[in-house]
Amino acid sequence: MIASIRSVLQKIGHRVIDSVWRMGFAGRFFLLTLMHSGTCFRRFHLILREVFSAGVLSLIIILVSGLFVGMVLGLQGFETLQTYGSEEALGILVAKSLVMELGPVVAALLFASRAGSAITAEIGLMKATEQIAAMEMMAVDPIARVVAPRFWGAVISMPLLAALFSAMGIFGGYLVGVVLIGVDNGSFWSQMQAAVSFDRDILNGVIKSVVFGVAVTTIALFEGFDAPPTAEGVSRATTRTVVTSSLAILGLDFILTAFMFRGV
Amino acid sequence: MQRTILDLWVGIFVVAGLAAILFLALKVGNMAGFENGQTYSLKAGFDNIGGLKPRAPIKSAGVVVGRVGEIGFDNQSYEATVTLNLDSRYQFPKDTSAAIMTSGLLGEQYISLEAGGDEKKLGNGDRLKITQGAVVLENLIGQFLYNKADEGKSKDKAGSL
Repeated sequence: MIASIRSVLQKIGHRVIDSVWRMGFAGRFFLLTLMHSGTCFRRFHLILREVFSAGVLSLIIILVSGLFVGMVLGLQGFETLQTYGSEEALGILVAKSLVMELGPVVAALLFASRAGSAITAEIGLMKATEQIAAMEMMAVDPIARVVAPRFWGAVISMPLLAALFSAMGIFGGYLVGVVLIGVDNGSFWSQMQAAVSFDRDILNGVIKSVVFGVAVTTIALFEGFDAPPTAEGVSRATTRTVVTSSLAILGLDFILTAFMFRGV
Repeated sequence: MQRTILDLWVGIFVVAGLAAILFLALKVGNMAGFENGQTYSLKAGFDNIGGLKPRAPIKSAGVVVGRVGEIGFDNQSYEATVTLNLDSRYQFPKDTSAAIMTSGLLGEQYISLEAGGDEKKLGNGDRLKITQGAVVLENLIGQFLYNKADEGKSKDKAGSL
């Protein structure tokens, strides 16, 4: 009896200590990445390659999802606004919800599952095939050569992808609202412009997407770097990347939104 | 080192992303407004500002001529003090009056400026003398009911006579 309680307590304690240890390691890893950023900006072609694999290759999924999210918003919003006789406010509804919330959040979720998982799998496999150990043997710092360029490539891509998502979504809302249903074109745009302000809505959206980019990329890089060097370990790390970064995005979104509305 | 097809794709991606931000700023937001221009500020006291918010439009004859700056409470006169940031292209006479209006039935509230006939113009930091606060719906309904009750009383009196 006492032995079984003791073993349960030991397991819980082990879990807690292990996760605190991991958190500390992740923090040091993040700081090291930032410290090695200077050298990786001197080798800019490395960053360019990561912008390609994180940003350009995510373009299609971002653009198509943005278009469909905007189209759904247009349809749903029209149905609801119609009951109040204010269909012209469709532009405000589509633009505000996309620019402030859906654009950064959905783009970041897609980015986590498309680019984040790829980063984790790549680095995990590099570790499993001992490429990272080989680099250390040759006195090449793997953080500076492998991690930092991926970090900056993804952090640069994320706000651009979120902006493309929002723009595409607004185009989708326009397509459904104005072209298909027949909301007045002029009032769609003019009401939107009157309600959406650059410094309060659009800039906040950009700030959100930068924060999400940093969070997703850090989690993906760390999970890859910390993965057990086996096939199973890499697959688990990839799954954990998607789950952890999705939760982090939603939690951070709440915190950021709460702070941004305080200021108004 | 030479150019590769990868550089082209990255370039296209970055240009498209920046174009999207520009599109959001200019076409969706109202960054192209006059806000970058020169403004001067006036002050006005209102007995009640209702739901007026900072950055609400200030209109004269229906045209947006400025935006509401700060809104504060004056502890001496127990009034709301509103700072009005007006575009310096528009000058108003000294006896201009300000009123808080609502656009539409449930729309946002804005300040309407009614120009007076004075020769002198308002300058930076001046105070508007004639103001009219927001109409509070509850007071309006209360007044209406009161008038109705009054009408009923006078009718009763007329009937008894």
